[in-house]
Amino acid sequence: MWTIIEQIFPYAIVFTIPLLITALGGLFSERSGIVNIGLEGLMISGAFASALTVNFLQDKMQGSTVLWIGLLVSVVVGILFSLLHAFASINLSADQVISGTAINMIAMALTVFLARNITGSGNIRITSGFTPFDVPILSQIPIIGDLLFTKTYATTWFILLVLLVSAFILNKTKFGLRLKSCGEFPQAAQAAGINVVRIRYIGVMLSGALSGLGGGIIILTYAGEFTGSVSGLGFLALASLIFGQWRPLGILGATLFFGFASTIANVSQVIPELAVIPPIILKIFPYVVTLIALVIFSKSSQAPKAAGEPFDPGKR
Amino acid sequence: MRNTIVSLISIILGLIAGGLLMLFIGASPIEGYTYLFQGALKNISRIGDTLATATPLIFTGLAVAFAFRTGLFNIGASGQMLIGGLAATAVALTFDLSRPILLIVMVLAGILGGGLWAFIPGLFKAKYNVHEVVSTIMMNWIAYWTVYYVVPAYFKGEFLETESRKLAEESTLRTPWLTEMFQGSYINLGLFFGVIAVLIVAFIINKTTLGFELKAVGFNRHAAEYAGMKVNRNIILSMLISGALAGLGGVALYTGNASSIQIGILPSQGYDGIAVALLGANSPIGVFFAAILFGILYSGTGFMNAMIEIPPELANTIIAIIIYFAATSVLIHRVLNKFRKTTSNANDVNGPVGKKGDS
Repeated sequence: MWTIIEQIFPYAIVFTIPLLITALGGLFSERSGIVNIGLEGLMISGAFASALTVNFLQDKMQGSTVLWIGLLVSVVVGILFSLLHAFASINLSADQVISGTAINMIAMALTVFLARNITGSGNIRITSGFTPFDVPILSQIPIIGDLLFTKTYATTWFILLVLLVSAFILNKTKFGLRLKSCGEFPQAAQAAGINVVRIRYIGVMLSGALSGLGGGIIILTYAGEFTGSVSGLGFLALASLIFGQWRPLGILGATLFFGFASTIANVSQVIPELAVIPPIILKIFPYVVTLIALVIFSKSSQAPKAAGEPFDPGKR
Repeated sequence: MRNTIVSLISIILGLIAGGLLMLFIGASPIEGYTYLFQGALKNISRIGDTLATATPLIFTGLAVAFAFRTGLFNIGASGQMLIGGLAATAVALTFDLSRPILLIVMVLAGILGGGLWAFIPGLFKAKYNVHEVVSTIMMNWIAYWTVYYVVPAYFKGEFLETESRKLAEESTLRTPWLTEMFQGSYINLGLFFGVIAVLIVAFIINKTTLGFELKAVGFNRHAAEYAGMKVNRNIILSMLISGALAGLGGVALYTGNASSIQIGILPSQGYDGIAVALLGANSPIGVFFAAILFGILYSGTGFMNAMIEIPPELANTIIAIIIYFAATSVLIHRVLNKFRKTTSNANDVNGPVGKKGDS
C-alpha cells in the first residue's frame, strides 16, 4: 500500500499544479465580481502559446531558459485573451457566462485553426520539457521526503510560491481587500473611492495570466504536445474554485483532491489493489463528489455576492 | 425585428473576421467563401448533407434557448446528447421490433435519457440552489465516462474498439425515399423531428400557460413566486424539457447522421447549441435559421479545405466570433432601449444615469 502511495504522489502533484494555478486565476476574477467560465479557453490559449514558442525556439537555444520564455509567452497570451472577456463583461455589461463561453469557443477554434495551418496536423510537439528532480537534502527526510521532494518540477515550487503570495495579497494588502470589496458590494466600494472598473480589469487579467500559465505548464511538464484541448481541466478548475469556497487554501485542498482522484483513476489498471474497482466508478468519482459537495455547501456558500452581476453604479 | 438586425450584424462581423483570418494565413477570402458556399449548397446531395448537419444543432439550439427562457443556462447539452444517443442506440441494438415501433421507442428513449441527465441539475438548482452551469458541466463528464465504458462493455463494434456496433439500415432514421430524393445524402427523418420540435416549442412558449409561467420565472423569479407560480417545479420542468430536446439531438446525430456512437468525444453540437440559441435570440424560428446557417458553415468548410489550404476549423472560429459579437450586442440593445425610453418619457431621469453605468 505504502509503495502505491509513494508512486502515485509525484504524479498527482504534477497533475494538481495546472489545476491549482488556473483555479487561483479564477479566484482573482470572481472575487473582483466577474464570473469567468472561460478558464478552459484561457488555458488552451496558454498551452498553444507555450507549445508554439518552445517549438520555435528549441533548436536555437539551450537549457531551460527556453521553457521559462515559453511560460512567459503563455502568460502574455492568456492576458490578451482575457481582455476580450473583460471588455465584454465590464465595459459592455454583457452576460458574463455567455461571454466566457465565447472565450472558450474562440480559443478552442482559433488555436487549432492556427496550429493546423502551422504544422498541418494541428498538433504541436516539443522535444523536451521540464525534467523532474529530487530536492537535495530535503528528499532524504523519511516519509515526506519520498512524498513531497522527489521527482518534483521547478514549476511546482514556483506555483506554490505564487499561491502563497496570492493568499498574502488577497488577505493582507490594500489591493486584495479592495478586490474583494468589488466582488461583494461594488457600489459601496465605489462610494469609498475605489475604481471598480480598474480593479475588475486587473482581476480578469490576473485570471488570464494564471490560466495561461496553467495551460503552459501542462504542455511543458506532462503533456509534451499541444493537441487542441486541455481535456476539461479549466472546467474542473472552476469546480475546484467553488469546492474550495473561493479561498486560496480551500482551492489548494480541492485541486489536490481532483489531482489525486484523477491520478488514481488513471493508474488503477496497473495497480492490483485498485483494479478490482470498475474503472467507470473511479473516473466519475471526482465529478459525483463535486456535485455532492455543491449540494452540501449550498447552504453556507461563500460566493462573492456581486459575482456575475454587471456593475451598475446607480443601483441601490 | 431588432433582434434579427442584431443577429444579422453579428453574422456579418463574424464572416468579416473569418475573411481577415483567411487573409492572415495567406489565402483569398473571396475564393475561400466561394468554395465554402459551393461545398454547402452546390448540388442537391450537398444541400441534403447541410440540412443533416444542421439537424442536431436545431435540437441543441432549442434546448439551450428553452432553458434560457426560464433564466437557466444549460451548458450540458453535450452530455444530454450523449445519454440520449446512447439510450436510442441501446434500444436499436437490443430490441427486435418492427421499424415504426422501433423508431418511436428509440425517440422516447432519447427523450428520457436526455431528460434524466438535465433533471438532476434542475433538481439541484430548484432544491439547493446549485448553479446549473457547474452541475451540467459535471454531468457532461459523467456522461462522457459512462459512454466510454458502457459502449465497449455492451455494444462493442466488430472492428473498432472506440465505437458501438453499426445499426442496421432499417433501425436508423434514414429512409430510402429521402436518400434518393437528395441523391445519396445522409439527410434523414431527424430533420422532420427537428421541424416538429421547433413548432411544438414555439407553441409551448407562446401559447400555453406553462410557457407563460416558465418565461415569468425567467424574467423575475421572485415576482413569479409572489404571483403564486410554483417556481421550483417550473425550473425542474424547464430543465427536463431542455434535456429531452438535447437528447433528441443525440438521437438525430448518432442514429441518423451516423449509425454508431463513438466513445471519447463530447459532441461539439452541445456547445454550438449555445451559439445557435444566442444568434436565434432564443426564439424557436430564430434557432431554426441559425442552425441552418451553422450547418452551411460546417458542411462547407470540408469542401473548402479540400480545394484550398484553409483548415476546416475556420467554421468553428467564425461561429465563436459570431457568438462573441452576439454576447456583446447587449450594449446596442440597451442603448436603443434607453434612447426610446428617454424620448417617449421626458420625466424618466434613470435613463442617462443608467447609460453612464454602461460606459
